[in-house]
Amino acid sequence: MKNDFSSVNPAAIPDIQQHSSYKAGYGIRRAWRVFPFLVAAVVLVPVCVVFASFLSLDDEIWQHLIATTLPNLLTNTLWLSLGVIAGTALLGISLAWFTSVYRFPGYRFFSWALFLPLAIPAYVIAFVALGTFDYTGPVQTSLRHWFNSDLLWFPDIRSGPGVAIVMTLAFYPYVYLLSRDAFLTQGKRLLEVAQSLGFTRRQGFFRVVLPMARPWIVAGIMLALMETLADFGTVSIFNYDTFTTAIYKTWFGMFSLSTASQLASLLILIVLVIIVTEQRFRLRMRFSENRKSARVERVPLTGWQAAAVTGFASTVLFFAFVLPVVQLSIWAMDALTVGLDQRYLEFTWHSVLLSILAALITCLVAAMLAYAARIHSDGYTRFAIRLSTVGYALPGAVLAVGIFIPMAWLDNLLSDWIEIISGAETGLLIQGTLTVMLVAYMTRFLAVSYFPLESALQRVTRSIDEAAAGFGITGWSMLRTIYLPMLKSSLFTAATLVFVDVMKEMPITLMTRPFDWDTLAVRIFSLTSEGQWEQAALPALTLILTGLIPIILLVRHSET
Amino acid sequence: MHRSFIFSSHFGRWCSSFLLIGFLFAAPISSQAEEIVVYSSRIEQLIKPLFDAFTKETGITVKFTTDKEGALLTRLIAEGKRTPADILITVDAGNLWEAARNGLLKPVTSPVLEANIPENLRDPQGQWFGLTVRARTIVYNTQKVKPEELSTYADLADPKWKHRLCLRTSKKVYNQSLVAMMIAELGETETERIVKGWVNNLATDPIADDSLALEFVAAGRCDVTLVNTYYYGRLMHENPTLPLAIFWPNQATTGVHVNVSGAGVTRYSKHEAAAVRLLEFLSSEQAQKLFVELNMEYPANPQIKYGEPLSNWGSFKGDPRSIVKAGELQTSAVRLMDRAEYR
Amino acid sequence: MSTLLKLDRISHAYGAQAIVNELSLELKKGEIGCLLGPSGCGKTTVLRCIAGFEPIISGEIWLNENSVSRAGFVLPPEQRRIGMVFQEYALFPHLTVTANVGFGLHRSTKAERAHRVAELLQITGLTEVANRYPHELSGGQQQRVALVRALAPYPDLILLDEPFSNLDVSLREYLGQEIRELLKKLNITAILVTHDQAEAFAVADKIGVMHAGKMMQWGGAHELYHHPANRFIADFIGQGILIPGKVMHPDKVETELGTLTGNIYHPDHSSREIAGSQVDVLIRPDDIIHDNDSSLRAVVIHKAFRGAQYLYTLRLTSGQNVLSLISSYHDHAIGEKIGIRPQTDHIVVFDRLNSQ
Repeated sequence: MKNDFSSVNPAAIPDIQQHSSYKAGYGIRRAWRVFPFLVAAVVLVPVCVVFASFLSLDDEIWQHLIATTLPNLLTNTLWLSLGVIAGTALLGISLAWFTSVYRFPGYRFFSWALFLPLAIPAYVIAFVALGTFDYTGPVQTSLRHWFNSDLLWFPDIRSGPGVAIVMTLAFYPYVYLLSRDAFLTQGKRLLEVAQSLGFTRRQGFFRVVLPMARPWIVAGIMLALMETLADFGTVSIFNYDTFTTAIYKTWFGMFSLSTASQLASLLILIVLVIIVTEQRFRLRMRFSENRKSARVERVPLTGWQAAAVTGFASTVLFFAFVLPVVQLSIWAMDALTVGLDQRYLEFTWHSVLLSILAALITCLVAAMLAYAARIHSDGYTRFAIRLSTVGYALPGAVLAVGIFIPMAWLDNLLSDWIEIISGAETGLLIQGTLTVMLVAYMTRFLAVSYFPLESALQRVTRSIDEAAAGFGITGWSMLRTIYLPMLKSSLFTAATLVFVDVMKEMPITLMTRPFDWDTLAVRIFSLTSEGQWEQAALPALTLILTGLIPIILLVRHSET
Repeated sequence: MHRSFIFSSHFGRWCSSFLLIGFLFAAPISSQAEEIVVYSSRIEQLIKPLFDAFTKETGITVKFTTDKEGALLTRLIAEGKRTPADILITVDAGNLWEAARNGLLKPVTSPVLEANIPENLRDPQGQWFGLTVRARTIVYNTQKVKPEELSTYADLADPKWKHRLCLRTSKKVYNQSLVAMMIAELGETETERIVKGWVNNLATDPIADDSLALEFVAAGRCDVTLVNTYYYGRLMHENPTLPLAIFWPNQATTGVHVNVSGAGVTRYSKHEAAAVRLLEFLSSEQAQKLFVELNMEYPANPQIKYGEPLSNWGSFKGDPRSIVKAGELQTSAVRLMDRAEYR
Repeated sequence: MSTLLKLDRISHAYGAQAIVNELSLELKKGEIGCLLGPSGCGKTTVLRCIAGFEPIISGEIWLNENSVSRAGFVLPPEQRRIGMVFQEYALFPHLTVTANVGFGLHRSTKAERAHRVAELLQITGLTEVANRYPHELSGGQQQRVALVRALAPYPDLILLDEPFSNLDVSLREYLGQEIRELLKKLNITAILVTHDQAEAFAVADKIGVMHAGKMMQWGGAHELYHHPANRFIADFIGQGILIPGKVMHPDKVETELGTLTGNIYHPDHSSREIAGSQVDVLIRPDDIIHDNDSSLRAVVIHKAFRGAQYLYTLRLTSGQNVLSLISSYHDHAIGEKIGIRPQTDHIVVFDRLNSQ
């Protein structure tokens, strides 16, 4: 493919650009200029609503928070974030590396199986981990029986490290997915380059492969980090206090939505600072590497090395996937009579439909954003795009409110006009439609689909743009004929991530769903809000299995 | 694979068809009088059977949506006068009080409700009514604690309970209400001393839910805890051999702390009569018995007799003070617990 | 000059599939070798075996008289002091030219490294672009950076995998000579892999032609052309057609073109030993000249313009085709009958195949 384009005589390009299509292309370029700002505007509405809370600052609550819980929460959040960053990087990168470059017993199986935990909501892993390893769980209970002691030395899973481990298990697939993509396309070759320059394989990995995979790894870690910051389910199961729990506490406990929003906007600022800092460090660097079609041989591992890698991968898979699924299955059997009713198919169908629609829309917008960023790489555009992705770091319920308030305002305005014009009394028109839900999902999950697409676009060399322009291919047809085929696998990755995330999503779904439009996640919410986790096993299991379908498709797609 | 779909040059057409899909699912503008809409933070399983019974009796259909209280209140505020909701149902008095404070509820005069629901369990202006009573009491491990050792909530702060107490997190509204009522009784200073005492006596970090707290007591990790009775009922129903028993505290003083799961008619309800009818139905004997059956909560209507298992737990004196206080003092309670480092 | 690299009957297999079969070659210090063959012949695998990226299942590889690969043993690539230029260059896109070139000098001091990098960039004319990133370079510049990066750590041997395949055809010959001059100037031993004979002849001292994992012949360009070891080489190197004939005398061969006279070369036998036997005679295009007076006539069935000459494909009376290079002043039409005459002083023959 590449040869075809690079053999185009560069001298021919200016000629063709005189073509009439070039003038038309100018208008399209301007459209691309505006597009990121439009998306940012839509996505920023809820963020602005959150920031608008600063208009009514409640000094007293702030003083109270600063004097009591805030310092502690900040340290907790910081350590948790660092723990999850370290954990997901360690698991995600190492597993991606092993499964993309080495041959060890079961490497084919692990290559795809290690994606599977993506389908499991973090709160499910959390609850199963708690049920298994807490004082009353089977592990400690058996140990107490064997040692006949009260076992108070056993590490308490309801602790910072416990939460960090659970979140690592839940979120490492983001890093795994994205860094594996990088390693598969360039890992082995880069390692050989390093070796031919006198580096050992280990040095080569750390000095060449890792730095080269940076955009992918960073994107994966950012997703994990934003999930961590926004998480409420896991931390509340463990009763571990973070910034997010403080947000909910001030809102629900102290009835101060505005203070909660102010806290949430700090969260957004933190994420923005991280994103901008990381971008600054990249400077002029590029990370594109031509995809090499030739088969690259895996490096065989033998003896204890092979055993260690297989053991490591099995352990992760066991705790992140097998254990939760088995535990849920057992509970589901017990609670079969409770959970199962006719509306079950309906819940599943609603979940799937919403997830598919949301995945399509979000990926479309993300792809257009990534493309716009490519055409206009100025600072404003990049900043607008970065802003569009911060919704992922907001706690779901805060974002849901941020969406609901302006939406209801618009809805009332619309109804006012209709009443003035027609004199007929109307109810709310927009509210309770799928459109609202889908826009809300897009706002939240744009980051999930944007990062993989952006990383993939880095790999499409600019000479391809130029070569295509040389053929007179621009705008939509350029997207269709050049980008889509080259980005197909990343689009699929992005769509899968959004699909699975929407399946798992709770607060937005709860707040914006139409009447009688319950999903599996809503079902889980209503069954678990009274602490009856066992009863939620059946919808949780259905949710996981449904989420597995696109993941398995994704895996098969990427392996062939 | 999405080639023709996403990147089709007929993008505009695609957009419009998408909007069409959106409006296809648009909530139908209801012209039916015989339908009311409920926003409920009480979960579906614990409320839907009651709606079904109501529809059966009156022919009025009930549409409802469930969510957390905070989200529902925000929703009502944002929707303003066009809210589709006729009734708000919560599982605590604090949020009903907050809804009333924000002018989201409408005062209702109903002789039926006034007769069925005791004065302390409803809003004086009739903006909301308790429907079930949730008693928060002490549960202890029968192998480690004799009931004579127990007396009041405040007593759990005594050093004799050092490393023997388990508590659910202070983030749960049940504990916030309990502490709010203690503030009303004892004042902030004394209550703070007590809460600090509790924290000092904790055997382990505060626990995320009542069920787990009960399991901790049963497994011997701690000796006593504070829970709502129906959690105890559920657990004992699954496993009757657990060494757990209920103790009713404060019998000589304020009585056991009770909260309500209640409801009110929304300020902008367009079906007030039907909404009031639903509330009246929920306070009736048929509905009250259903509440007991569904979730082992105590009926708010004192005329209702309940059987097993509630009758096995013995009778108790509930706090006779108005539950409105719990709402008024909830914020103070949260701050107090923050100061006491009760997580 | 001492032998720098020796491959002694090495074999490599992927599963049951043999990729390289009993292949041998030797390269002296300062020589430039080339593995030439159609794609899929195993030439890149040989290169990777030399580099240490692939194990061998039998035979032995010697580098500087040290055994570096044998069955069950592979000295890691990083300990071999071998530089490699990859087909797609594999430059580090996140590093500048200077950083790319200096990358392999991680054991040197900062000053040494800077000095070495500056020196190499100077030699290759890359000083101007020292601070650019790879995507800001032309294809030719990228290739030079890749070469210089491999050269920087003073390797004993440089391996180049299809170094010109990513470049414009018009650039290839020029860059091939440039590389040869550079390697010779620095006295670097190198092996390159290519499927293009012109490239091989332009750059290499010794060329090995590979086919289906086997080394068909290892020698200089002249040797391959004039003393092909077998029919495959005769066919693959240069142009030519085998026509049947009979050895009449130690220096005469009877063919349809008449009696050819010259030194007879048979890869396995002396001309005396094969006297009287049926053979196939290799007729190169330059062995046949245009002669209007000749009684031997042939029909033009195809012609290709080569600038100074036309390459004509001619059909003899028997239906046998031969090739002939004729000055382009003589423009004959397809279908025309022209007079030709063989002019040979060196005749390559092979045993006649049984089937014929």
